[in-house]
Amino acid sequence: MSRRENTLLQGLSRLESRRNGHDPVWLKAFRHTALQRVSERGFPTAKDEAWKYTQIGRILDVAFEPAEADASLRLSSAAIDQLAGDLGGARLVFINGYFSPQCSSLKKLPEGVKVKSLASALAEEGESLEALLSRPFGEQTHAFTALNAACAEDGAFVQIPANTVIEEPIHLVFLSDPGAAFPAGPVVSHPRSLVLAGPGSRVTIVETYAGILDEVYLTNAVTEVILEEGAAVEHYKIQNETETAFHIALLDVRQERDTQFATHSVALGSLLARHEVTVGLHGPGAKATLNGLYMPQNEQHLDNPTTIDHIAPECISRELYKGVVDGRGRGVFDGRVIVRPGAMKTDSSQTNKNLLLSESARANTRPQLEIFADDVKCAHGATVGQLNEEVVFYLRTRGISQIAARNLLTYAFVGEMLELIRVQPLRSHVEKLVALRLSAGGVGMVAA
Amino acid sequence: MSAVQKELSELTSREYQYGFVTDIETDAAPRGLNEDVIRLISSKKNEPQWLLDWRLRAYRHWLTIKEPHWQNAHYGPIDYQDIIYYAAPKPKTAGPKSLDEVDPEILAMFNKLGISLGEQERLSGIAVDAIVDSVSVGTTFKKKLAEVGVIFCSFSEAVLDHPDLVKKYLGSVVPYTDNYFATLNSAVFTDGSFCFIPKGVRCPMELSTYFRINQADTGQFERTLIIAEDNAYVSYLEGCTAPMRDKNQLHAAVVELVALESAQIKYSTVQNWYPGDKDGKGGIYNFVTKRGKCAGANSKISWTQVETGSAITWKYPSVILKGDNSVGEFYSVALTNNRQQADTGTKMIHIGKNTRSTILSKGISAGHGQNTYRGLVKILKSAAGARNHTQCDSLLLGSQCGAHTFPYIDVGNPTAQVEHEASTSKISEDQLFYCRQRGIPVEDAASMIVNGFCREVFKELPMEFAVEAQKLLSVSLEGSVG
Amino acid sequence: MMLQIRNLHASVGGMEILRGLDLDVRAGEVHAIMGPNGSGKSTLAQVLVGRETYDVTGEVLYEGRNLLAMSPEQRAVEGVFLAFQYPVEIPGVGNLYFIRTALNMMRKQRGLDELDAMDFLALAKERMKFVEMDQSFMNRSVNTGFSGGETKRNEILQMAVLEPKLAILDETDSGLDIDALRIVANGVNALRSKERALLVITHYQRLLNYIVPDRVHVMANGRIVRSGDKHLALELEKNGYADFEQDTAGGARSAAGVTS
Repeated sequence: MSRRENTLLQGLSRLESRRNGHDPVWLKAFRHTALQRVSERGFPTAKDEAWKYTQIGRILDVAFEPAEADASLRLSSAAIDQLAGDLGGARLVFINGYFSPQCSSLKKLPEGVKVKSLASALAEEGESLEALLSRPFGEQTHAFTALNAACAEDGAFVQIPANTVIEEPIHLVFLSDPGAAFPAGPVVSHPRSLVLAGPGSRVTIVETYAGILDEVYLTNAVTEVILEEGAAVEHYKIQNETETAFHIALLDVRQERDTQFATHSVALGSLLARHEVTVGLHGPGAKATLNGLYMPQNEQHLDNPTTIDHIAPECISRELYKGVVDGRGRGVFDGRVIVRPGAMKTDSSQTNKNLLLSESARANTRPQLEIFADDVKCAHGATVGQLNEEVVFYLRTRGISQIAARNLLTYAFVGEMLELIRVQPLRSHVEKLVALRLSAGGVGMVAA
Repeated sequence: MSAVQKELSELTSREYQYGFVTDIETDAAPRGLNEDVIRLISSKKNEPQWLLDWRLRAYRHWLTIKEPHWQNAHYGPIDYQDIIYYAAPKPKTAGPKSLDEVDPEILAMFNKLGISLGEQERLSGIAVDAIVDSVSVGTTFKKKLAEVGVIFCSFSEAVLDHPDLVKKYLGSVVPYTDNYFATLNSAVFTDGSFCFIPKGVRCPMELSTYFRINQADTGQFERTLIIAEDNAYVSYLEGCTAPMRDKNQLHAAVVELVALESAQIKYSTVQNWYPGDKDGKGGIYNFVTKRGKCAGANSKISWTQVETGSAITWKYPSVILKGDNSVGEFYSVALTNNRQQADTGTKMIHIGKNTRSTILSKGISAGHGQNTYRGLVKILKSAAGARNHTQCDSLLLGSQCGAHTFPYIDVGNPTAQVEHEASTSKISEDQLFYCRQRGIPVEDAASMIVNGFCREVFKELPMEFAVEAQKLLSVSLEGSVG
Repeated sequence: MMLQIRNLHASVGGMEILRGLDLDVRAGEVHAIMGPNGSGKSTLAQVLVGRETYDVTGEVLYEGRNLLAMSPEQRAVEGVFLAFQYPVEIPGVGNLYFIRTALNMMRKQRGLDELDAMDFLALAKERMKFVEMDQSFMNRSVNTGFSGGETKRNEILQMAVLEPKLAILDETDSGLDIDALRIVANGVNALRSKERALLVITHYQRLLNYIVPDRVHVMANGRIVRSGDKHLALELEKNGYADFEQDTAGGARSAAGVTS
């Protein structure tokens, strides 16, 4: 392990002493194994295919300190509405990775539904979580996921009992407020969330990540969603960290028979972000939908690796990611679809479209199909291009300025993704963010 | 359903037709690789000192690098000290060889392969350079081509007769440091073809090289260099076969193409090296570096390949689009049956303005075959107005095979337009049934459907090759589906 | 007797679609099979040409031989032809080449020499007149990018070239406008002969205005529930299928299809 990589780990001993033996034995052992993994294998380099386009030297150069829970940190409900939107349902707020009961509002939920912090879940029913928490930690696990396993102390815990339907979205808000954190300086938080959707249940989960001040910090999040037979989960992730922050995240999904999972990722913030989605289709008849929008500008680097693993037969996957790259930004899409032996009647399609808006913008796309079964229907497509200048010209002949015309068309390109957001207040919130982004990008967005 | 499967599986198990060995007296270097072997190869060919030095530089570099294993292929370690790096049929008569002096055994061997070295024969529109193991045994139509200024000869002859051209272009597209196998080739390459089409000349006939590995335990390391000067045009064909042997044999060739202003090079390959038996024993490791450079404005390089042979194929015929408005094309059919593995595709590097590239790849997997398309489309910042269109289709003919698509797209210019499309599906039961209802048996129907699937690529091949390719595909498919 | 069907059952995935069907067809006759959606008409066509997705029991004799024991391609070369309801596209395979290959398979069976490309082209040109097709069809890939009417005409062209003994037309009229319907029907009528039997499967009566049947059978719930002459079709046009669908609940097998 190089000296640089030690900086990410140096705060760990302090974290350990802080815990002061509160962890159950299994969790201690688990953290120990995870940490060992990090030390042995080290952090990914450009030689790792999965990290080819995202170099993390900039992260490793920073001497991060682990964040701490601080009950004195408070934000008004209006401030949170502004940062994350008001979606009407239950809202769990985490500051620097730790649950803030004062800032959260837990509405009355149906009988048996559990929505709480992972810390309290660990305290109350720790033993039952052992198998669950260690699950996404397999052979392929990279250093950041392992680091999360070693360090995570809090996050959201959501459990929906069988055949229970929750109409209003459950909103998980992760705010970074490094300015107020102790000790002062760059902090790293490791939120770990768990969503368990029981058989036949239905729920919508929204994760929002946002920063408050333009300081350097790292969010290293892992969210796990498990859908039991016949469950349906709609998931949204809005990544709107500050443009000085680093954001590394994994969304790991396990789908059993006849489940429906859809995720919509909107990546707007961070200097460097890598939001990975891995979906395992373990039961026949499952359907996974992955949608994503990423809009790097200035010096931003936004990477979107996804893996859809067709293990069981007769599953469907649909994927659509769109990138709009401006400034000196770089957008990366790296999508894998794997069809395992025996996963017959797999039906998969994957599309990635990119729009380059500036001279120095750069897009990488790598849609990959790995097929080990014969009775399948798989297709993928990728495009990189620019606005259709003929259409821009047409609009100009109708009296619309060039800037406005370009904005209009960019917004139309993005609009398809926004329309897929079914939670109305969330869609309005994201539309506002995107409109703001396009106008800030120097092209002067017409009001959306 | 099962009846169809069974019949299809019978279809895909016919034997390799070119697996015979010809008894030719051979002059070979001792097994293994060291500087002495390289000096021996160089001295056998009476090479100038600069070329020996170049070989030795490559060899010393090779010693410092490791064999790559990132490709989607699995094979045991290659013992580079157990390979014979030079094997040449012994000439029966001394002195300079002419076509009339070619050993009748060798002529007979080529006849058996369907390649005529007689200038009056069937392929009279095609000039052939015939290469057996490490050396060229004869080149047809040399005189006729020389009349229009076209140089077509073996690489060894070119080194002696046209040293300035060789020195100027050798390694200019694929430097000796390029990659492990290209570096090895640079150290030990034995022969290959050399083509030079001078300014303004449209080569009056197709040029072709036929490669034949005959000797056991030899590696084949040929090197081909084609140069088309301003406004020149050439169409070049390459074919290859090898005997059936239990041991794997290494073929690590390098092909360099240079197209100057408004020149066009069309390079077609029908690769049918011995693929190994149905259990994956034996066969050729085909690790080849092929690259063309559109050095001049408005130039065009087009690769067409039909890959049906080899145990493992690992090649990415590429085009560096340096000249403004230059065009790169890659058309490929790759079929893997039994235990064959293919990891093939292309790289299109767009540097010049308004450069265009087209990639059309058709992969067919049968038996336990693993077929991978891997391609890079890179648009540099300088390549304003660049265009690429890529289409990769895969057809699966068995439940044990695999088809994989790994495109890499890197776009650094906002005026570029890049499109990639891919699809994978199994051979359609409905299509098969429709054909059978018209009285066409399953094997014929499958072969017809697969040929239809490949048609867009076949139509890029010169006529004679297209017919060959279709036949080859049907043969290679036999016994594959099940 | 050209075709003799006795107690034919066919099911797919445990669901029974044909439930004891009987039918006799003689050379030279045109039989129409009518019935509501889901009555099993298309299944009957598919079973007769050997589609392997069905579990089939019962007896089908074709010229006295066991048809069910033959492979699909064997049935084809013996002269059983199906004009598909949804002909499949085969990209990259030339239409001309495809039909010639099929014809040469038949000729091989009959002990005739293969036709070369030139001879075949002459034959194809002549037969194309039957369905008012021009030569551009021949250079296209099989059914690829064809309109609905073009695929159906292509089916009849194949029938004209292959000259089957027993031709089954599966909803050949569906999706055709009136001009295309007339062209297709003329093509079929030109192929009527003493040696050839036709089984015309259709939902609507209108095709039968052009191709006048000798016998009309009504199918419901996997059986033939009524048979008659061409007037039965007109009756159906007026009253619909409702009566028959209720009728079959009792399950009495009618003595349908015996022409005498």
